[in-house]
Amino acid sequence: MADPMRIRAQASGDKATVRVLMAHEMETGQRKDAAGKVIPAWYIQQVHAKLNGKDVLSAQWGPAVAKNPFLQFMIKGAKAGDKVSVSWVDNRGDTRTDEAVVT
Amino acid sequence: MHTRRQALSASAKLALLLLGAGVLPAVAQAQASGFNQTAFDAKSLAEVMKALGGAAPAASSDVTVSAPDIAENGAVVPVGASTALAGVKRLLVLVEKNPAALSAIFEVGEMVDANFSTRVKMGQSSDVYAVAMMSDGRVLYAKKEVKVTLGGCGG
Repeated sequence: MADPMRIRAQASGDKATVRVLMAHEMETGQRKDAAGKVIPAWYIQQVHAKLNGKDVLSAQWGPAVAKNPFLQFMIKGAKAGDKVSVSWVDNRGDTRTDEAVVT
Repeated sequence: MHTRRQALSASAKLALLLLGAGVLPAVAQAQASGFNQTAFDAKSLAEVMKALGGAAPAASSDVTVSAPDIAENGAVVPVGASTALAGVKRLLVLVEKNPAALSAIFEVGEMVDANFSTRVKMGQSSDVYAVAMMSDGRVLYAKKEVKVTLGGCGG
């Protein structure tokens, strides 16, 4: 199972800034290993975020997103105590969801 | 079903029907399942727009792309895409000279700002684009040249 995401969500005024650091190789499928074989592509394809269970963001990513992806976005109307959850699905069908509370 | 034979025949018919329906949308299924493979295989901004069904993009000072002038490490280049305009449906990040131009698509729902930051890999010095697809069909973009000292595709 992948390592947990680190999520920080800070409310400021009527918005919360959410910063996420995900643990994922994000292999492009361009690299070759020492034997010359192509390392297969392995990357997060979809990211979804929810505020208190309601969808707020979805994104599609390609393999060009850097390894251990960073994402920052702002949720309107979020306040301290709200729950933010972030999930990703990769091209192998693996998935991970983590949550944080807005501070 | 009265007999096993009838039950088997019914389920075989159903399976054929589903198979017939299921063959066509390898494409549609990719879309329906939320990932647009065609767009992420596209090699240029024009091809990406075609795959996403967008109009020809127009440069706009209302869209902002933030990226460093020089990226020491092409494997991790922080980029931001944002716009203050209302009515944005999607924000895209593209790296023109990457093997596949499109890096990310952000669906801008009503609960989030049209303002996203992430980090991308750049294979070589290239223009980085932030593209805003508006709900009225307009496609606006901004670009910035980013010089890369050490390419990020592992080559």
